[in-house]
Amino acid sequence: MNFDFIYTLELFPILLKYLGVTMQMALIGFVIALVLAVAIAVVRVFAVPVLNQVAIVFISFFRGTPLLVQLFLLYYGLPQVFPWLVGLDAFSAAVIGLSLHFSAYMAESIRAAILGVDRSQMEASLSIGMTKLQAMQRIILPQAARVASPSLMNYFIDMIKSTSLAFTLGVAEIMSKAQMEASSSFKFFESFVAVAIVYWVVVVIFTQLQHRLEIHLNRAYVK
Amino acid sequence: MINVSNLSKTFTNHPVLKGIDFSVQQGEIVVIIGPSGTGKSTLLRCLNYLETPTTGTIQIGPIKVEAGHASSKQITQLRQQSSFVFQNYALFANKTALENVAEGLMTVWKEPKQQALATSMKILEQVGLGDKAHQYPAQLSGGQQQRVGIARAMAAKGEVILFDEPTSALDPEWVDEVLAVMKQLARSKQTMIVVTHEMQFAREVADKIIFMEGGHIVEQGPPEQLFNAPQSERTRAFLARAMKG
Repeated sequence: MNFDFIYTLELFPILLKYLGVTMQMALIGFVIALVLAVAIAVVRVFAVPVLNQVAIVFISFFRGTPLLVQLFLLYYGLPQVFPWLVGLDAFSAAVIGLSLHFSAYMAESIRAAILGVDRSQMEASLSIGMTKLQAMQRIILPQAARVASPSLMNYFIDMIKSTSLAFTLGVAEIMSKAQMEASSSFKFFESFVAVAIVYWVVVVIFTQLQHRLEIHLNRAYVK
Repeated sequence: MINVSNLSKTFTNHPVLKGIDFSVQQGEIVVIIGPSGTGKSTLLRCLNYLETPTTGTIQIGPIKVEAGHASSKQITQLRQQSSFVFQNYALFANKTALENVAEGLMTVWKEPKQQALATSMKILEQVGLGDKAHQYPAQLSGGQQQRVGIARAMAAKGEVILFDEPTSALDPEWVDEVLAVMKQLARSKQTMIVVTHEMQFAREVADKIIFMEGGHIVEQGPPEQLFNAPQSERTRAFLARAMKG
């Protein structure tokens, strides 16, 4: 076997310099996706006229086409049709693409979580004079968050890994750096093993955080 | 203070309420009795607009709503005139006992948090749960949960509290503590409308009893009249069965 252990070790500090970009994409993308997803889910649950139909088409498109195609459309395609988009940089395009794509999936899992909250919780809110929106915000969504959090964490993990596609737009993140190192040293196996380990460790850390978050969200339900 | 006229409710071709008329004075305790499935709960839920009535008008305090012509703002205003105690408690699962009581004061009435919590603590103490203020519903017994439910309804600043079979889901050991809280409320002249199968409670506490059957009010009057000298044969038959059980 011909594995250059030292080379792999030396690669980590080089890759880690670009981890910031990867994580920025994932975190900003996730926050935007979460806000969008909650809004879409609420629109769908209340079946708001017009917006509901828009949401259905939105979800259908972003779940129905590959993320890579969406990123290419957004970064290489749209600026040809809408010249004002020419100035859009690769990083922003990647963040927008990731947010839209994942919001479609997350909206459906949040909607399912909202529908899973017992009907009596909405009735009790209304009975003391709250509006439906107040009930949603104060009572229903916090309870839905607990149910949705494991699947949302799944999407976040998926999103961290999907930021690697941003290298196809030319964003300098860890995958692009690994690719560059590999092509210059011809040590493809070592380079991609190193980058795989970085992703894996990051995901393990966030899985631990998820575990703690779950304990926190469950505190009201422990007898 | 409460006026209901010609109220009806039909669930897809299935009429449940067929023209209900009654009124309730301030401070009056009204108990609605009758066989299961006769629309008692539906009537109560219509008063709080948890069900949308098909026809009729509901007036509680200054707010009058006509079925089919109510804006969502009017409905919210009507709901604020009453509060509801649910058979299954329906406490906010993500909030402590104290937060359950304070929620309406903060969200609906925009009271500052500290003030709302202080008021709520007093109400919890009235129902004997001052020491459980920081427990979540899942950590309370059924009887304690229902007392929190009553405390939440008391905090709601409505004219009337509506009780929908508040003791039916309770283990027998918890029934008395909940009834005791309701009796205490009745003594303070809180206007109440109570749907219940607790005949002893009805007889002791009610100012007026309404007997419902088949979506109609068959008979209404003071407990002595209903229990001792019912005008209708159906009332007599129902009570004979109910008192035996």
